[in-house]
Amino acid sequence: MPEVLSAPLIVEFPFTRSTGPVIGAFLTGLRERVVLGIRGSAGRVLCPPAEYDPVTAEELTELVALPGTGTVTTWAWNARPRPYQPLTTPFAWVLVRLDGADTALLHALDAPPPGSGDPRAVRTGLRVTVRWAGQRSGAITDIACFEPIPEEA
Amino acid sequence: MSSSPDPQHTRRADAGRDVASRDVAVVAFAQTSHRRSTDQLSEVELVLPVLHDVLKQTGLTTDRIGFTCSGSSDYLAGRAFSFTMTLDGVGAWPPISESHVEMDGAWALYEAWVKLRTGQADTALVYSYGKSSPGSVRDVLTRQLDPYTLAPLWPDSVALAALQTQALIDAGITDERALAAIAVRSRRAAEGNPHAQLRGSADVNELLAEPYEVRPLRRHDCPPISDGAAAVILAVGDTARALHPRPAWIRGIDHRIEAHQPGVRDLTESPSTRLAAVRAGAFDAPLDTVELHAPFTGQEVILRRALDLDDAVEVNPSGGPLAANPVMAAGLIRIGEAAARIHRGESRWALAHATSGPCLQQNLVAVMEGDQ
Amino acid sequence: MDTADLLATVPALAGAEPVTRVTLPARLDYIHTPGAAQSRFLNALAEKRFLAERCPKCTRVYIPPKGVCPTCGLATTERLELPHVGTITTFCIVNIAARGLDVEVPYCYAYVLLDGAHVSLHARIGDIPHDQVHVGQRVQPVWNEQKLGPSLAGISHFRPTGEPDADPESYRRWM
Repeated sequence: MPEVLSAPLIVEFPFTRSTGPVIGAFLTGLRERVVLGIRGSAGRVLCPPAEYDPVTAEELTELVALPGTGTVTTWAWNARPRPYQPLTTPFAWVLVRLDGADTALLHALDAPPPGSGDPRAVRTGLRVTVRWAGQRSGAITDIACFEPIPEEA
Repeated sequence: MSSSPDPQHTRRADAGRDVASRDVAVVAFAQTSHRRSTDQLSEVELVLPVLHDVLKQTGLTTDRIGFTCSGSSDYLAGRAFSFTMTLDGVGAWPPISESHVEMDGAWALYEAWVKLRTGQADTALVYSYGKSSPGSVRDVLTRQLDPYTLAPLWPDSVALAALQTQALIDAGITDERALAAIAVRSRRAAEGNPHAQLRGSADVNELLAEPYEVRPLRRHDCPPISDGAAAVILAVGDTARALHPRPAWIRGIDHRIEAHQPGVRDLTESPSTRLAAVRAGAFDAPLDTVELHAPFTGQEVILRRALDLDDAVEVNPSGGPLAANPVMAAGLIRIGEAAARIHRGESRWALAHATSGPCLQQNLVAVMEGDQ
Repeated sequence: MDTADLLATVPALAGAEPVTRVTLPARLDYIHTPGAAQSRFLNALAEKRFLAERCPKCTRVYIPPKGVCPTCGLATTERLELPHVGTITTFCIVNIAARGLDVEVPYCYAYVLLDGAHVSLHARIGDIPHDQVHVGQRVQPVWNEQKLGPSLAGISHFRPTGEPDADPESYRRWM
């Protein structure tokens, strides 16, 4: 029985995508260290912003500048990061509802693991803030990750 | 497309209810024995025996098939348009009426159902396959995510399911022990399924002693990585009756999709499944069997709640995707497994569900009935 | 509203240069396995053999074989070896080298119908001025001894045999 032939197959695509006005504005904001949300049909603020309201499909244009702080709404502890993920050391995937927003943004959280006993360990409800990337170009990765903020007194 | 061809039957304006004369039934189903890797076979070599199986079951030849539709994803192979090679297995000369969806075969079946309902064909061959082995399927699936806000972070399929599962735990809807019990039940049920990849399971306590994969998920909460293929033949009315003594009539079928961004949705619920189920008539049917396309244990919890399933109904007697998960075929296999139970007289009313996209974003529900 | 218009509504971003495009590189690594029929074909090439397969129903002969007859949808279980000679059924002269392709332009690319086959191989035609290449020309493979292995790279090119042209009846149905 001849051995199975195999060969490496690498697919690489450096797509350059146009962003349109809403995503373009959002990414511009990230480059300038400003997180933008957008006001939806029922008045709730979406972050990340959407071009069209997810419920009514109405075209949205009212941008809202948000602080870089927020609350973790769910998390998942990633002990073994995979290639290209935001951090190479263990981290938590999180959905973060930025203060002033009504929806959550997905990103990474650099915090101690759950069950570690550390008050800054990841948990639903943890207060977090953006850690900006040193070099920013207008991409979601301009947010390097989130990190816990000290509990307010 | 959801418009009933017969205006008399619009008591409910949904198209899922099959009460018109062009009743569509599943008359044949076949699948491979799913395994981690089939590197000695090309895609068409993997699919061919399954195609021949359903044709042999019905005595049909491909020239008598009115419409062929397949579901697969070239991203699993890493080769654009590679799906066209599998058409060699169908014998597409003289030219055939054919379509393809870059989705699970359950949606290929839906397209075929539409063709049959609208009178464009009387028989359809639906097939799907997925060889996950060439690449890293967890990472490949990140390419289906929003290219601006999600894909650049490479949140793999296990990570996304973990976020969803933690939300369930936070809401008090489930816990790790209950999730492990789902894994145990599924893989022990798969002991009766010769096609399943993972058959049998350790006890809940042993499973809970294992390390997390992406917390709160452990390996047992996740589906196996599988290579596999499946095929179904659909037929209409008297043609169906001639092809099988007990056709599995599709009484309703519908699919719905939610917003893409996980942060916009309530990840603990599946309104699209519920709506598709309403449209398919699932809540009026005395279901005895349900096949759910829940690759992750927490997703079975969500789907059960969306479908109001109690313990009286048997869920995933095949073992479900936790026992074999050939991506792109796993949803079609749910329909096929449910139909096969009807064929064998083991079920009278069955529901099959298929999902697509991150965290149950898109869902299809089919309700099938076998004659007395 | 364009991006700049939207940004103008946010005081903190007044005057910021708008982002209108984003480049997001992505890479996926795979291990490709060609399957049973193609593996047999590739392994035979390492030995300078042309392995084809025949359909049990329509008797058409396919090379490279795929294990299946695309006309009949049946497994092509019969294997046969083809001679090292064929006929040009079409050709073109290429003036642009595709990125990553190690070839000198212009080059001649052709379909070569090996004797006994019903599907042509793709191949470069060499050892002849391009304006003398024509349909019906008889050609034979020139092997690249350094690149012999389970790969079509083991064939450098095809060159004319010098024989008279093939009878059009022998190839016109397979063009």
